[in-house]
Amino acid sequence: MTDTFQLDGATVPFEPGQTVMQAALAADHYIPHLCYHPEFKPHGSCKLCTVKVNGRTMASCTMPAEAGLEVESNIEELNTLRRTLVQMLFAEGNHFCPSCEKSGNCMLQALGYDLEVHAAGFRHQYPDRPLDASHPDILLDFNRCILCELCVRASSEVDGKNVFALAGRGITKHLIVNAESGQLKDTNIALTDKAMQVCPVGVILKKRVGFSQAIGDRRYDASPISAQALQDAPRASDASGECPACEDAP
Amino acid sequence: MLPDANPIYGESPQCDLHADLHEIVARHCGEKTKLLQLLNEVQACAGYIPEDAASYIAATLDIPRARIESVASFYSFLHMKPAGEYRVLFSDNITDRMLGNQDLLEQMCRQLWLQPGKVSEDGLLSINTTSCTGMCDQGPAMLVNGHAITRLTVQRIQEIGQLIRNRTPVTEWPSDYFKVDNNIRRGGLILDNKLAYGEVLQAARAVPPETIVSTIKDSNLRGRGGAGFPTGLKWEACRNAEGDAHYVVCNADEGEPGTFKDRVLLTAQADLVFEGMTLCARAIGAKKGFLYLRGEYRYLLKHLQAVLQRRRDSELLGENILGEQGFDFDIEIHLGAGAYICGEESALIESLEGKRGVPRNRPPFPVTHGYLQQPTAVDNVETFCQAVMAMHMGAQAYRAIGTEKSSGSKLISVSGDCASPGIYEYPFGVSVRQILTDCGAVNTRAVQISGPSGICIGEHEFDRKLGFEDLPTAGAFMVFDDSRDMFEVARNFVHFFAHESCGFCTPCRVGTSMLKQTMDKVAAGHGTQHDLTEIENLDHVLQTTSHCGLGRTACNPVLHTLKHFRPAYESRLKSLDFEPAFDLDGALARARQMTGRDDAGAHLKESE
Repeated sequence: MTDTFQLDGATVPFEPGQTVMQAALAADHYIPHLCYHPEFKPHGSCKLCTVKVNGRTMASCTMPAEAGLEVESNIEELNTLRRTLVQMLFAEGNHFCPSCEKSGNCMLQALGYDLEVHAAGFRHQYPDRPLDASHPDILLDFNRCILCELCVRASSEVDGKNVFALAGRGITKHLIVNAESGQLKDTNIALTDKAMQVCPVGVILKKRVGFSQAIGDRRYDASPISAQALQDAPRASDASGECPACEDAP
Repeated sequence: MLPDANPIYGESPQCDLHADLHEIVARHCGEKTKLLQLLNEVQACAGYIPEDAASYIAATLDIPRARIESVASFYSFLHMKPAGEYRVLFSDNITDRMLGNQDLLEQMCRQLWLQPGKVSEDGLLSINTTSCTGMCDQGPAMLVNGHAITRLTVQRIQEIGQLIRNRTPVTEWPSDYFKVDNNIRRGGLILDNKLAYGEVLQAARAVPPETIVSTIKDSNLRGRGGAGFPTGLKWEACRNAEGDAHYVVCNADEGEPGTFKDRVLLTAQADLVFEGMTLCARAIGAKKGFLYLRGEYRYLLKHLQAVLQRRRDSELLGENILGEQGFDFDIEIHLGAGAYICGEESALIESLEGKRGVPRNRPPFPVTHGYLQQPTAVDNVETFCQAVMAMHMGAQAYRAIGTEKSSGSKLISVSGDCASPGIYEYPFGVSVRQILTDCGAVNTRAVQISGPSGICIGEHEFDRKLGFEDLPTAGAFMVFDDSRDMFEVARNFVHFFAHESCGFCTPCRVGTSMLKQTMDKVAAGHGTQHDLTEIENLDHVLQTTSHCGLGRTACNPVLHTLKHFRPAYESRLKSLDFEPAFDLDGALARARQMTGRDDAGAHLKESE
C-alpha cells in the first residue's frame, strides 16, 4: 500500500524518497515552479513552489513527502506571494518580452500570465549585463537570467562539462562561463548539450533560429503553463530521460 | 605572468607568489575541500588572486576554472582583480557609525584623493566599508589587508594615510594600532573559571561517552549561537547517526553585528573552547574537528595555533589523548573570508568543504549529513565552554544557575551609548535594566538585543529578562540613547542584510535589495505612506518564502523600529500619496554640468 498526503483536498500517493512537488506532478496536480525540472535534483531557489504544509510555508520541490501531510497550494495567500516573486524576477533582470525571441516559449512570461501579474510591482533595476555573442552558434543574453541554475546543473550532471557557474553574491549574483577569457567560444559547449535545452527563459539561445516558429504558434500561446507543465512530469513508464518541454523549445 | 614580489601586500613581508604558489597548493595536498584556505593564502600573499594563479589552482585540484571565480567572488575579502596594495575596509556597524566612522572615511578619502569603493589609479590602495568587524567596544575599527585596527581617531587616520603614502608595510606599523582589548567588565561561570588545562577531560575519561551525552542533556544546556537548540540532544543524535566518520565543528564565524564575545573567549579562554570540542569529540566519537574562524579574526590565528600545539604537546590533542589507546582527536582551523551567512551551520559546512557558503536544504540536518555528508555536531564557541562547565559541575549544579528553561550563564557583548562597553557575564534571567545600569547607560531610548536579526526593544520593555523564556539572545546588546535616530539604525541594518544575502533564493536576493532601496528613498525625503505599506509587504514575502534565517529576519529591524518609533519614519515622509523615486531635477544635473549652467531656468521647480 502506498502512503498518501492531502493536497488542496485531493489525496496524493507518493513513493518513498519523493518530494511533495514530485508526487504532486506525478499525480497530475500542478504546483507553479521555475527552478524545478523533473530530470534534476530539486534545489529550491526560486521559491515559486512555496506551499503550506501543516500551516508552515515550505518549498514543495525540496520538502520530502510524508504520510498524512496537509498541503495547501492553490490558495489566494500563496498565489499572492508567487505573484510578488515573479515581479521580483522581472524587476531584477532586463525582460523586454515584445523583443525577446523566447516570448511565448518562456516559463517566466507564461507564469506571469498564468498568475495574472498585471503590474511591475517593483522598481526595475536595469542591471548592466553585456551579451556574449562570441560563440558562432550560440548567443548568451544574460539580461534574462533568473539564476535558476538549471544550465549549471545540466552541464555538470548530464554533459559532464561544467560550462556554466554562478559568481558573486546577493543582488550581484550572476552566471559565468568556464573560460579564462570569460567567453563562451572558449568553452567546450556543444549544440547537442543538455545545457542548451533547459533554460526556462531566453538566456541560452541557438543562433539563426529565433523566429523560425511564429509568435502565436508557440508553446504557451496554445494553453497556459499550468495546463502544460504536467506533461513534463516523470512517469513510471518514462525511463528514456526525454523531456517533452525541452524538445518543444526552439 | 604572476605579479612581482611586493613586500607591502600581505601577511608575510617575504611572500612571493612566483615562488610560493606551488608550495601553498602543495601544503594543502591538492584537496578540493581546501580551496577557500588556498585562496585565502594566495590573496594574503599577492593582494588578489591573479588569473593564472586561478588557472594553476584549478588544474592542480582538477576542478573547473569557473569554480575558482565562483567561490572567490562569494567572499567579500577575496578579489580576482587587483584591489590595491593596501585594502582599507572601515567596519560599518551602527556602533562604528555612532563613533564617527563616516567622517573618518571621508577624511581618509580626501587625504588620499580617492573615492570609496575605487582602486587608486596608481594601484596603491582602495578604501571601502565592510560589515561589523567585531570591535564594537573599541571602535571605530577597520581592517587593512586583513589586519584589525581599533580606536580610530582623526589623528590615527592621518598617520595611517602617511604610512600608506610612504608604502610602509602593514607589519611595520605601530603595534598599538592593532591592540585589541578584552574589556571583561563582569566575570562569572566561564570567565572566572579556575580549571586546569585538561582537568575536565581527564575526569570525563573515567565515564563512558554515553554519560557525557546524558550529563549534557540533563544539564539542560542550550546552544549559545542564537537558535538555542538543546546541545545534549544534538550530541546524542550525532552520536547515534551512522557514518564513516563523525566531525566536531566550532562555529567561530561571529558575524552578527554587535557581537564580540567569541573573540574574547578565543583570546582569553581558548583552552576551554578546545577542551569543549574534545569533550564533544569523545561524546560523539569524532576524530577530527574544525574551528571555523571568521576572516575578521585572522589576527587570532597565531595565538590559537600556539594553544593547539601546546595541547598536542600535553597529550590533550592528537593520538591516544591522555594516554588512552584509541582516543584520537585533532583540530584544524579554517579561516573564513568575509561572509556573514557562513554563521548559518549548513552554509558554514559548505564553506568548510571549500564551496560558496550557501545554506543547504534541510532535512537532512548536519547531525546526520554534515561535513562531507557525515554526522557533524556544529556548536557555538560559548556552547563548548558551557559544556565543559556543565560536565565539571554536574548536571544538577549547572541547572541551578540561570532560570528554569535557560540553564547556565550568558556572555553579553555590550556596545553603543554607555560608559563601559565590553563583555558582561550573567546568569540567564538578568533584566535588560540591570545590564543598562551595570554598563553605565543613561537616557537610553532602545536596546537592540541579539543583533540586527534579533529584536529592538524600547524603554517600557527594559524589565524583560534575557533567556529562552523571554528574550533569547546570541549575545549582542547595542545601546541607543535619546540622541539617536532609530530610523538610521534600522537603515544601517537593512544595508547589512542586503550586503550579506547569499543570493540563492529569489525573495532574499531581490527582497533585501528592494528593502534597502525603499529605506534609502525614505531617507532621501521621497518616502510616502505607500512605502511603509510596501515595507510590510516585503516583510511578509521575506518571512514566509526565504530559504534561511537571514531572509526571514532581514525585515526585523524595520518592523521593530516601525512598531516602537514610527514617528522617526513618518517625520521623513512627504504628505503626498505618491512620490516618484525618480528625481527629475537631479536627472538634469549632468546636462547642467555640460552646459555650465546653474541658473533658475536650468532647474525644474520643486513640486509643492
